[in-house]
Amino acid sequence: MTRAKVTAPGLKRRLGWAGLLAWAALGLPGVSGADEVNSTGLAVTDDTVKVGILHSITGTMAISETGSVQAEKLAIEQINAQGGVLGRKIEYIQEDGASDWPTFAEKARKLLVNDKVATVFGCWTSASRKAVLPVFEQYNGMLYYPTFYEGLEQSPNVIYTGQEATQQILASIDWVVKEKGAKTFYLLGSDYIWPRTSNKIARKHIEKKGLKVVGEEYYPLGHTQFNSVINKIKLRKPDVIFASVVGGSNVAFYKQLKAAGIDLTKEKPLLLTISVTEDEILGIGGENVEGAYASMKYFQSLNNPNNEAFVKAFKERWGDDIVIGDVTQAAYLGPWLWKAAVEEAGSFDVDKIREVFPGIELKTAPEGYVRIHENHHLWSKARIGQAQKDGQYKVVYETEDLMEPDPFPEGYK
Amino acid sequence: MKTTPSASSLMSRENLYFLVLAALLLLVFPVLLDAFRLNLVGKYLTYAFVAVGLVLCWGKGGILSLGQGVFFGLGGYCMAMFLKLEASSPEATASQSTPGIPDFMDWNQVTELPWFWQPFHSFSFTLIAVVMVPVILALIIGVAMFKRRVGGVYFAIITQAIAAILTILIIGQQGFTGGANGITDLRTLMGWDIRGNEAKTVLYFVTAGLLLACVLLARHVLGSKLGRILVAMRDQEDRVRFSGYDVASFKVFVFCLAAALSGIGGALFTLQVGFMSPSFVGIVPSIEMVIFCAVGGRHSLLGAVYGALLVNAAKTGFSESFPELWLYAMGALFIAVVLAFPNGIAGLYQRYLMPLEKKILGGLGKAARTPSTAPARQMEETP
Repeated sequence: MTRAKVTAPGLKRRLGWAGLLAWAALGLPGVSGADEVNSTGLAVTDDTVKVGILHSITGTMAISETGSVQAEKLAIEQINAQGGVLGRKIEYIQEDGASDWPTFAEKARKLLVNDKVATVFGCWTSASRKAVLPVFEQYNGMLYYPTFYEGLEQSPNVIYTGQEATQQILASIDWVVKEKGAKTFYLLGSDYIWPRTSNKIARKHIEKKGLKVVGEEYYPLGHTQFNSVINKIKLRKPDVIFASVVGGSNVAFYKQLKAAGIDLTKEKPLLLTISVTEDEILGIGGENVEGAYASMKYFQSLNNPNNEAFVKAFKERWGDDIVIGDVTQAAYLGPWLWKAAVEEAGSFDVDKIREVFPGIELKTAPEGYVRIHENHHLWSKARIGQAQKDGQYKVVYETEDLMEPDPFPEGYK
Repeated sequence: MKTTPSASSLMSRENLYFLVLAALLLLVFPVLLDAFRLNLVGKYLTYAFVAVGLVLCWGKGGILSLGQGVFFGLGGYCMAMFLKLEASSPEATASQSTPGIPDFMDWNQVTELPWFWQPFHSFSFTLIAVVMVPVILALIIGVAMFKRRVGGVYFAIITQAIAAILTILIIGQQGFTGGANGITDLRTLMGWDIRGNEAKTVLYFVTAGLLLACVLLARHVLGSKLGRILVAMRDQEDRVRFSGYDVASFKVFVFCLAAALSGIGGALFTLQVGFMSPSFVGIVPSIEMVIFCAVGGRHSLLGAVYGALLVNAAKTGFSESFPELWLYAMGALFIAVVLAFPNGIAGLYQRYLMPLEKKILGGLGKAARTPSTAPARQMEETP
């Protein structure tokens, strides 16, 4: 917000008359009022509107982001089948972020500046979001970001359709303490900002209850030797292993846990993860992770009509063997939320859409009812599932009410 | 200067090539490309600094470094630290629990600016650091390795290990370095907004100008006695040593020079792209930089620039047109380069276009002067 104030006078001063002329020329389509639903020169015609999809389809992140791409395409196709947005069919331009953060920034610029897309669905890792954020703020684009993440951010140019950290952590710790009588915790994660921030929030919450964290460790991304930490866990006997290990490391971690004789179904210790969705279990193998608890907002096994229709449509479109994880569902919400907001605003203009955001709701979401909060995150329920041998989760708990998103929890401001 | 007729004709030919490149960078691209594409070319050119450095130390000096990303990253981080401090004024960060420090430090409960960040409040210090930090690290590595006569594959492996170590260090110390996200959201340079199209265009010309200056500097080094010792060292290290030259010192020098060039490239990269992250420091980008140099032709300074431009343009072009298949296209390009023209674009040019050129020039009656370049070229083509 403050940034807009900084740029505008600076721009005028430097550009002088030539700039003013160029600005007038650019502004002209808007001034003439040729298109009421689009006064900022976006790629909107009388029957089509262009949007961008920006995920990694190559590189290490491709395996995680593919589900999001599929979900976004499915949502777009479904919206088109229903007549599109404001009577316009959605056309998407897909770009590959290639698991490389500067590439994400480059492609975001291309989508916003060259293609003039009305909105972008994309990004997965926090690093990629951080890389594109200045681009979206500079060109006043709007990004729908699907991944559960560490919070500590609230951009006017992003809608966060996944959970921020407190939505995943607080309820799940309350649950293990209340239902399982947990008193000691061992925090374990991959070494980057999301696990570290998540564990900070978890530690604070645990210690506030007068309970104890008996260990906290981080391993580099891609690490595959967890035997030393497993030995420490056996020595210190925590009630709960709180795990935020990501990516390929998970495969090694759960196999080595099992090999070391820790049977997760016995819940001694109990394993609570915030990073293993159905997608990850495909790689780890259901038999290795059976018995672990995961805190998410969505599981493929959710038992409601919205979700049944979603899973059926997803499998029809992308094949029967496919599994749907938490992030995939959050990505699916993006196009639908955008459609709802555009129709509420009666315009594709980003500024007009932003005004109507607080309160935009989706009753047909597979996870149930969701609503956009003033801080651009979603009100959603927290759920806990227990991993089954077949790679699915059995839902054992869900919060009664929607949890309020709180991207800047007390003490982290 | 001992200017034999052959040398002068060689120089004039190289001058011509240099002018062609200068015209391409300073006239053709700015006229033909829109602001977005020009900014992309500007980004590619920052990699060309590394490639030029690699021509010096690998192509001419025979020192294959698989860790040039380290120096590129250090230069980039120095610039990013300065810009981040400027973006983190107490007013701009008033909502933090400790205003006036970068946002990622605040998230990591760092409450005071670390000592090594302090000097980066000064722009002149930053400019010096952009060159000197990579040079000092290169000096330490160079002295430690070359004085012990570590070379060849062992040296390449060690540079790669250093790239890995630095990446892990940066990611692990996220409270001080921004971790895997890097240092993002950079806004102004001494009050000048670097995010607008106009600023990006200015930065493009700065980059292109500095790159041309660096190419000239590198050419000067190669044209001097030092350059000839480098080539001699690459081909017959022992003979040079037995002739009484201190081989290690020459190696350290050229390695430091390559590091300085990479650092400058990194700093310009940060300015143009608006952030710096550990993904430029690691092993993969370091190897990519060697590929730029190999595609361009590792013996040719100008070839390296074209290599960096071509590979990156291909990367952008393929990935925009075939988002699902572009990596295969890139792979095919690299295989084609290695199999079909191992000396890169420059080698291709020498083999196919130069004879053609000679024929045409010969037809004009100037044939007498051209053959004199042949011996020098042949020497270059020996692996």
